[in-house]
Amino acid sequence: MSGYGAHADHDEHDHHGPAPGLKRWLYTTNHKDIGTLYLWFSLSMFFIGGAMALIIRAELFSPGIQIVDPMFFNSMTTMHAIVMIFGLVMPAFVGLANWMIPMMIGAPDMALPRLNNWSFWIMPFAFTILLSTLFMDSGGPAGGWTLYPPLTLQMGDSFAFVIFAIHFMGISSVMGSINIVATIFNMRAPGMTLMKMPLFVWTWLITAFLLIATIPVFAGAVTMLLTDRYFGTSFFSAAGGGDPVMFQHIFWFFGHPEVYILILPAFGIISSIIPTFARKPLFGYDSMVYATASIAFLSFIVWAHHMFTTGMPLAAELFFMFSTMMISVPTGVKVFNWVATMWKGSMTFETPMLFAIGFVIMFTIGGLSGLMLAITPADIQYHDTYFVVAHFHYVLVPGAVYSLLAATYYWIPKWTGNMYDEKLGKIHFWTSTVFVNVLFFPMHFVGLAGMPRRIPDYSLQFADWNAIASIGAFGFGFSQLIFLWVVIKCIRGGKKATDEVWEGSVGLEWTVPSPAPYHTFEEAPPVAVINKNHF
Amino acid sequence: MSSETTTSVKSNGADLRKRHLMVSARMLMLAVGMFGFGYLMVPLYEVICEVTGLNGKTGRISVAESEARLNESLQGADGKFLADREITVEFVGIVSAGGNWKFTPNDREMKVKPGQQYLTSYYAENLSSIPVVGQASPSVSPSAAARYFNKTECFCFTRQEFEAKGSRDMPVTFVIDPDVPINVDRVTLSYTFFKSADQTLSSVDALNPQISASVAAITTY
Ligand code: HEM
Ligand SMILES: [Cu+2]
Repeated sequence: MSGYGAHADHDEHDHHGPAPGLKRWLYTTNHKDIGTLYLWFSLSMFFIGGAMALIIRAELFSPGIQIVDPMFFNSMTTMHAIVMIFGLVMPAFVGLANWMIPMMIGAPDMALPRLNNWSFWIMPFAFTILLSTLFMDSGGPAGGWTLYPPLTLQMGDSFAFVIFAIHFMGISSVMGSINIVATIFNMRAPGMTLMKMPLFVWTWLITAFLLIATIPVFAGAVTMLLTDRYFGTSFFSAAGGGDPVMFQHIFWFFGHPEVYILILPAFGIISSIIPTFARKPLFGYDSMVYATASIAFLSFIVWAHHMFTTGMPLAAELFFMFSTMMISVPTGVKVFNWVATMWKGSMTFETPMLFAIGFVIMFTIGGLSGLMLAITPADIQYHDTYFVVAHFHYVLVPGAVYSLLAATYYWIPKWTGNMYDEKLGKIHFWTSTVFVNVLFFPMHFVGLAGMPRRIPDYSLQFADWNAIASIGAFGFGFSQLIFLWVVIKCIRGGKKATDEVWEGSVGLEWTVPSPAPYHTFEEAPPVAVINKNHF
Repeated sequence: MSSETTTSVKSNGADLRKRHLMVSARMLMLAVGMFGFGYLMVPLYEVICEVTGLNGKTGRISVAESEARLNESLQGADGKFLADREITVEFVGIVSAGGNWKFTPNDREMKVKPGQQYLTSYYAENLSSIPVVGQASPSVSPSAAARYFNKTECFCFTRQEFEAKGSRDMPVTFVIDPDVPINVDRVTLSYTFFKSADQTLSSVDALNPQISASVAAITTY
């Protein structure tokens, strides 16, 4: 192992390793510690949100109201979405960014380590508040994660807590994003030009801009809800001259870029993993960067595809239909590039690669149903049915979540110094993949047949597919326990990982020892190493 | 940030700090600006609705303006004002959820000629035993016709105060712009009657202090 990556000069730093005990985690400013905290936090949210999903699927196993009362059911769908989006996917990406971005660009840490500590510790605080609303008299939020008024304004007093929690999540995201932008702009090692950055860094840079530009709009929208409810304003109340449809415009102006926030870092992860296991450079690096940037740009002008049924003028319907369809062009470029990277590669199928290939195939299914939803006259039929639920779960579960699982398998040997149990990993992949399709594919059918979303009961003709979906849900949910077991096992021991970990790995993170020392790249890596380690 | 900008991480600590501050300040400005933009979308939305008729928001013009337009179109040789063009206007009245009112149009429908002014009215009755302030919110469909549907006078322009059990007819005068698309032959004007968010009464204080006290209690709820 060449010495530059490891902690080299001892005299300059008085702290050689982490502080002992709990204080290490509370006060840490180390990017790897904070990354680990984020990852554990999001893993716990994965299971909490997953438990809610299983309550939903248990109730939907058969028609009629069996297990939970409808109000609680509604708060489960609402909470499940908020927990999975803001508690699992977003923090997990931030955790990966913390761990990997400094190592990928040859930087010793994030640009603003103190801020970094704050961004993390706000999160458990915000989610404690959010989850505590379930135990309040008025129950948790039950008007849907999109918080549409007037329904949302009619919920009980836990409303204020929900808004408060959302504000804190937003502050955390914006702080985290500012940190990432500053790190990428200012901390790259000499010779690490923008166009040599790994795609995970690129996609995160663009995601950070999306977050900084849209989270405040969301914060504004929920603040308006709050003042409408408690301070007598009438932004969305027709009785005072406001307009509830306006909320939908403001919300989706944030909401659509948000769905890309949930997928762009995933694109970056997949773009790292596929070349490694195809043992070929990424096909079309430049076009990947431009495609990401154009997706980000387009995501600002398509929001009203969530509102085709609100009675917009024809011209607006057409505009949003075509702009939405346009997004599939850069998305298609990406899928093409991944497939082209695998083309004639000498592929092996370790667990990260399996999840990456699963991502490419199943994310594409979600993209295709998205394209169907983009067709205005079709969407008027599909809107608010299970078809929409099938669409966004395909892009989010075998999409975003698979990228997170792939990333964990890919980098965990670097984090722990041990190889994970490959056999268990493969079992985890195959059970997840079978069950995730049993879970979500039937939703296309019941959706097309007209089953509405967000209901605890449904008419008899949907019974069979719903029962199958519920079986898939429990199968998928319990498969994730295998993942938990793999992670714990890998932390506790296993075959020692080499520095490179993977035969075909390319990138600075593979030039430091495994496990990565507490401090890496205090001395920037030589330019020659950078030039050798990029696509 | 040119793509060739790179940093020697160790050498210039103070300089690096300055650059971190610069980037953070810019990003923070972006975030604050976008928070403002969220609020800016409120007036922006109003303007866009007015221009496009989005959401069926109707126009409001003065009587003089409506007459001027009528003359203009009568004189115009472009044949837009067709004496025999007739549009059916339907009237709908909806009481918003929880409202304790009777609220109905006095005319179910009217046949009108574009460019000419018409008068109709809605009947409203406060069924509760305390004074209440109502506010009507109009909507026109199809939305393509909304911005050609102009009202010169309407009870929806102002808050409507009612005494306990009070009732009255409330007039609307409207004119459909002769420029209305030729395929529009039926327009629905619908009002939703809300309990106004602002329940302050202008007259009751003097009338009956007891009532105004109970109204205040309701308002603060
Ligand atoms: C090819 C790209 C895509 C297209 C054309 C597309 C199109 C659409 C359309 C038209 C809808 C609205 C359906 C309705 O409510 O009637 C929708 C909903 C949704 N999409 Fe996509 N989509 C795409 C990709 C994605 C991605 C990548 C994600 C997230 C990772 C995503 C997440 C969602 C979510 C969460 C909703 C539902 C929001 C809600 O109503 O709760 N979509 N999509
Ligand atoms: Cu969207």
